[in-house]
Amino acid sequence: MVVNCEQVWREISNYVDGEVDAALRGSMDEHFRTCKRCASVLAGTRNVAQLYGDERMLEVPAGFSRRLEKRLAKSAVTGRGWSSLAAWLIPVAAIALFTGALALVDQLTFKHPAKSILAEPGHDIPPDMLVVVSDGSKVFHVAGCPFIHDKATERTITAKQAMRAGYVPCSRCLRQYLKTGLTGQGPDDDNAEAEDGQEEVLSTPGH
Amino acid sequence: MSEPEIALHNPAQTGLRERDLILSVQRGQHELFYELVRPYERRVYAAALAILRNEHDAEDAAQEAMLKAFANIGQFRAEARFSTWLIQITVNEALMRRRRERTVPMEGIDDRRDEESEYAPRDFADWREIPSEALERKEVRQRLAEALSTLDRKYREVFVLRDMEHLNIQETAEALGITVASVKTRLLRARLMLRDLLAAGWEQGWFSRLPFEKGNKPW
Repeated sequence: MVVNCEQVWREISNYVDGEVDAALRGSMDEHFRTCKRCASVLAGTRNVAQLYGDERMLEVPAGFSRRLEKRLAKSAVTGRGWSSLAAWLIPVAAIALFTGALALVDQLTFKHPAKSILAEPGHDIPPDMLVVVSDGSKVFHVAGCPFIHDKATERTITAKQAMRAGYVPCSRCLRQYLKTGLTGQGPDDDNAEAEDGQEEVLSTPGH
Repeated sequence: MSEPEIALHNPAQTGLRERDLILSVQRGQHELFYELVRPYERRVYAAALAILRNEHDAEDAAQEAMLKAFANIGQFRAEARFSTWLIQITVNEALMRRRRERTVPMEGIDDRRDEESEYAPRDFADWREIPSEALERKEVRQRLAEALSTLDRKYREVFVLRDMEHLNIQETAEALGITVASVKTRLLRARLMLRDLLAAGWEQGWFSRLPFEKGNKPW
């Protein structure tokens, strides 16, 4: 098979890439041996592919690598941060929801007396001792205690009844029955009102 | 078919090391991703630049492509070449930007010409090879880059993916969404045009400081 210059030019790129069949390749080889122009075209085509295919032709702007690394790092950190946070948040949130739901059911189902964090169970209180309770709080007092809330609703019951109903002794008038009673602080102490107020506030959700 | 004459230099040493890195990143060691893509960052940038023709846009597209590769690394399968996968993501990103932003200059007259028409190379009597050592000179690299930038878009894109990114014909066709026949035709035209441009560059003194014999033109 004989090929002319136009046919050679048309196939010269495929020839360089090894994309021509053996017969055509042989014909082109023969043509290159006798045609100086086509041999020149072949040499130039190869040279172009070799030069541009060189790694050194792939240049990037100054600072390109640093900026790329920074952006990837930022993305990776954000990605990890989210994944890590999600990995913690999801089970924690589930537990919190479950616990909250249990507490709500518990709260709605059982009528626990509201107690202050300051409230303590009494010790060695004579069960038949008469104490005063009121609707204002879940604390029982001795009669006449100045810290009785809602005096209009006060009533007298035994200490045993009061404690069975969930009342706790007053940290002022019954402090001798408290294991860790607020000793040294009488009803006139500056903190008394504050603590009493706190007790009231803290007891509020129970009502 | 015989083997390609041009020894396609793969800049990345793919193999066990790369596969290990890919697996590590897929399993959550995200900090290794940059190490995985670092050998390809220049190729990624070159692919984006060939399509967008603007350094700033190309860099942004290259970064975005890397981020997309990172986000989708779990989908990469070992049967594909990682470099090809990365370049294809880059080409997609750049093509999408070009369509969206429409900031790329309109194509020249040559681009509207029928690519199937014959291209006759200039009649240079001889060709004296430009040695690859010449690429050590920044000036030479710039001249070559300038010549490349004068090619119309469709020739430049195919040439860059095929001859600079070393994708094969089929991969180039898939990346650009064109036929294999179009890739071959455009590649032929691009190579011949660049040959002519470089030869003309000799006349303009582009490579005058290269060590050729005095008084002889390289063709």
